[in-house]
Amino acid sequence: MIPELGNFALMLAALVAVMQGVLPIAGTLVRNPQTQVTLQSLARPTAALQFVLVAFAFGALASAFLNNDFSVLYVSQHSNSLLPKPYQFAAVWGGHEGSLLLWVLLLALWSVAVAVFSRSLPLDMVARVIGVLGLISVGFLLFILTTSNPFERLLPAAMDGKDLNPLLQDPGLVIHPPMLYMGYVGMAVAFAFAVAALMSGRLDAAWARWSRPWTVVAWTFLTFGIGLGSWWAYYELGWGGWWFWDPVENASLMPWLVGTALIHSLMVTEKRGSFKAWTVLLAIAAFSLSLLGTFLVRSGVLTSVHAFASDPKRGVFILVFLAVVVGASLTLFAWRAPRVALGGRMELVSRESFLLANSVLLVVATAAVLLGTIYPLIIDALNMGKLSVGPPYFNAVFAPLLVPTVFLMIPGSVARWRDANVREIAHKLRWTFAGAVALAVLLPFVLGGWAIGAAVGLFLGCWVALGTAQQVLERVGKPGRIGASFWGQHIAHFGMAVLVIGITGVKCYEVERDVRMRIGDVVTIAPYTFRLNSLDEVRGPNYKAVRADVQVLRNDKIIEILQPEKRRYFSSAMAMTEAGIDSGFMRDLYVSLGEPLDDARTEWSMRVYYKPFVPWLWGGVLLMVLGGVFAALDRRYRK
Amino acid sequence: MKPRTKRFALIAAGIVVLCAAAAFVLNAFQSNLVFFFTPTQVSKGEAPKGRTFRAGGMVKEGSLVRDGNTVRFVITDTVHEMPVTYVGLLPDLFKEGKGVVSQGKLGEDGMFVASEVLAKHDENYMPPEAQHAMDEAAAAKAAKSVQTPAPIKGNP
Repeated sequence: MIPELGNFALMLAALVAVMQGVLPIAGTLVRNPQTQVTLQSLARPTAALQFVLVAFAFGALASAFLNNDFSVLYVSQHSNSLLPKPYQFAAVWGGHEGSLLLWVLLLALWSVAVAVFSRSLPLDMVARVIGVLGLISVGFLLFILTTSNPFERLLPAAMDGKDLNPLLQDPGLVIHPPMLYMGYVGMAVAFAFAVAALMSGRLDAAWARWSRPWTVVAWTFLTFGIGLGSWWAYYELGWGGWWFWDPVENASLMPWLVGTALIHSLMVTEKRGSFKAWTVLLAIAAFSLSLLGTFLVRSGVLTSVHAFASDPKRGVFILVFLAVVVGASLTLFAWRAPRVALGGRMELVSRESFLLANSVLLVVATAAVLLGTIYPLIIDALNMGKLSVGPPYFNAVFAPLLVPTVFLMIPGSVARWRDANVREIAHKLRWTFAGAVALAVLLPFVLGGWAIGAAVGLFLGCWVALGTAQQVLERVGKPGRIGASFWGQHIAHFGMAVLVIGITGVKCYEVERDVRMRIGDVVTIAPYTFRLNSLDEVRGPNYKAVRADVQVLRNDKIIEILQPEKRRYFSSAMAMTEAGIDSGFMRDLYVSLGEPLDDARTEWSMRVYYKPFVPWLWGGVLLMVLGGVFAALDRRYRK
Repeated sequence: MKPRTKRFALIAAGIVVLCAAAAFVLNAFQSNLVFFFTPTQVSKGEAPKGRTFRAGGMVKEGSLVRDGNTVRFVITDTVHEMPVTYVGLLPDLFKEGKGVVSQGKLGEDGMFVASEVLAKHDENYMPPEAQHAMDEAAAAKAAKSVQTPAPIKGNP
C-alpha cells in the first residue's frame, strides 16, 4: 500500500512541477499587472508543495527498504534482511531508480531554499528561477515515472533481497551520493539564474550577485562529494589508489572544473560587469555536464554502452532531455546575448585577464576530459570497434594544463582590477617566488630523491601557499573589517596548495610492495617493518572474513597494529578487500590482503604500501570546502 | 600600442594558445588510445606488436599457474586462446571461468605480458569487452558451421 501511495505522490509531484514550471513563467509574459502578480506568486507555494510530495515518495521508498518489503522490485534488488539498518536506508540511493529519486528530492529542496532565501529578489526573477527549476523537475519526474519507477512491484515477492553491493556498504558511500548530488543539483540553481537572466534580458551585476552564493554552495558540495568518493575508493577498493580517471570520476570532475571557472567568472561579472556572456555559457555548461554526469553514472551507459540496447527507452529519454536542456538554453542565449551590453573595459594585464585565462584553461581541461570520457562510448555506439583511453592520456593532458592554472592563481589575486602592471606584480611577489623556488629545489632531497616532476609540483604548491599567506598577512596588517569572502578565497586557495603538494608527494614518493607472507614473515619499507602476526576467522553481520594482524614496527618498537580483512558476503559470495590503514600527518601505511596462495590458507599475497602525503589530499579538499563555506556566508549575500 | 591593436593582439594570442592546447591534447589522445582485441584477432595477427592494447575473454578453467608473484593464465573466447603473464596481485573478482580484461603488450613469442588486470566492481558483471569477444567468437563459429556443410564449388 505504502509504495502505491509513494507512486501516487510522485505523479502528483509531476503535476505540481508542471504548474511550477509553467504558471510563474507565464506570469512574467502576460500584460495584465493583476494576473502577473497572481501567477508569479504561485512560484513559492508550488515549489513547497512539490517538495512535500517528493519527500513523501522518498519516505515511502525508504520505509519499503526499512520494512524489508521485497515485493518491491527495486528493494529486492538492492537490499537484504541481514543488511544493517543504516545501510538499508542508504540502499535507497544504491541503484539507478532510487538515486534519481534522490536527485529530484534534492532539486525540490534547492527550489524550496531558493523560495525561502529570495526575499530580496524582485518577484519576477523569483518566478523565473523557480519556474526553470520546476521545468527541470518535470523532466526528471517524467523520466522516473516512465522508465525508472522505483515503486514497481515484483510478483510473486522475493523471499529475500539480493543485497546491496558490498562495496557500497560503507559509511563513506552512504553520504557520498547525497553530497555529490547536492553539488550537481546546485548547479541547476546557477543554471536557472542564468536562464532567468537571459529571459528577462537583465544580465547585469545584480544577477551575478544573486547567483554567486548559490553557485558557491553548489561548488562546495560538489568538492566535498568528489573528495568523499576519492577517499572511499582509496580505503575501500583495497588498491591504494585515490583517483583512477574512471569515467564515473570524470563525470563528477567535469562539472567541478567548469563550476570552478564559473564561481570566478561570476565574481568578475558582479564586480566589473564584464564576461557576462561567458559566465552564462559556463553556467549552462556546468549544469549540462552535471546532467551528463548523473546520467552516465546511473543509466548503465558507462559500464556498458549496450545498456542503450537493453533498455532503449532510457537511453533515448536521456539524450532527448539533454538535447532539450542544452538546445533550449543555447537558443535562448543566441537570441538574447547580442542584446547584452559590454561590461567594463579591461587592459591586457589585469585581474580580469588573469581570471579569464584561468577560466579558459579550466574549460580546455574539461574538454580534454570530456573527449577522453565519451569518445570510447561514441566509437562503440557507432560499432567502430572497442577502445579505451587510459590514465596516461589524462595525466599527460591534465598536468600541463593545470600547471599554468595553478601558477596564475597568485598573480591573479594580487593584480588590480581593470589595469595592472606586470612589473609591479613581479616586484610584489619576488620574495614569494624565490622562496617557492628554494623550497622546490631543496624539499625533494628531504623527501627521498630529486625529480623534476616533484620539483615542479612542490614549487606550485609552495608558490600558492606562500602567495596566499603573503596576501593574508598584508590584509591583516591593514585596518578595516575583513569580509568572510576574503577568508573563503584564501582558505580555499590554501587548500588547493595543500592538495597540489599532496598529489605531488604521493605520486613521486609512494612505495608499493606486493609480497607473499606467512605468519611471522616480515617486510621492510624503511624505516617501517611490517610483521604478519596472525590470521583469524571473524564474522560480521552479513559476511565472514579472514582478518590479518599486522604489526608495524619502527626501531623495533610496535607503533601500530593493522587489521586488513578479506570478506566474503553471504548473499553474493563476493570477495571484498578491507585495507588496514594507519594515518599520520605526513603519511599513510596501507596493508591489504590479496589472496591465499596455498590450500591451507596459511600463505597470502599482500600489498604493503607506504603512502606519503595522502592525508594532505583529504586536508586540501576539506580546506577548499571550508573556504566555500566562508565565501557563501559573506554578509553581502544576506541582505 | 593603440587599444585596437592591443585587443587584436590579445585575441590573436588567445587563438594561438588555444590551437596549441588543442593540438597538444589531440596528440596526447592519439598516442594513448588503447584498442581492444579478441583472442581470435590476436591469433590472426591483427594486434600490434610493441604497442599497448587490451585483450579480453574468459579465463580458461585450470589454466591459472602461480610462480611467486608471477601469475600465468590463458584467455579464451572459446575458439582461440592466448597465454598471459602478469606480475602482481589479481583483483578480487578474478576467477577461472569468469570474464577478464587485461592490458599489456604482446611479446615476440606470442605471450601477452599484462601490465594491468582490470578489476570490476560486481561479481555478476561481465566486462563488456570480454562479452564482446565471446559473442564475436560464437558468431564466427556459427557462421562457419553454416558454411562448412555446403561449401560453394565451381566458381573460380
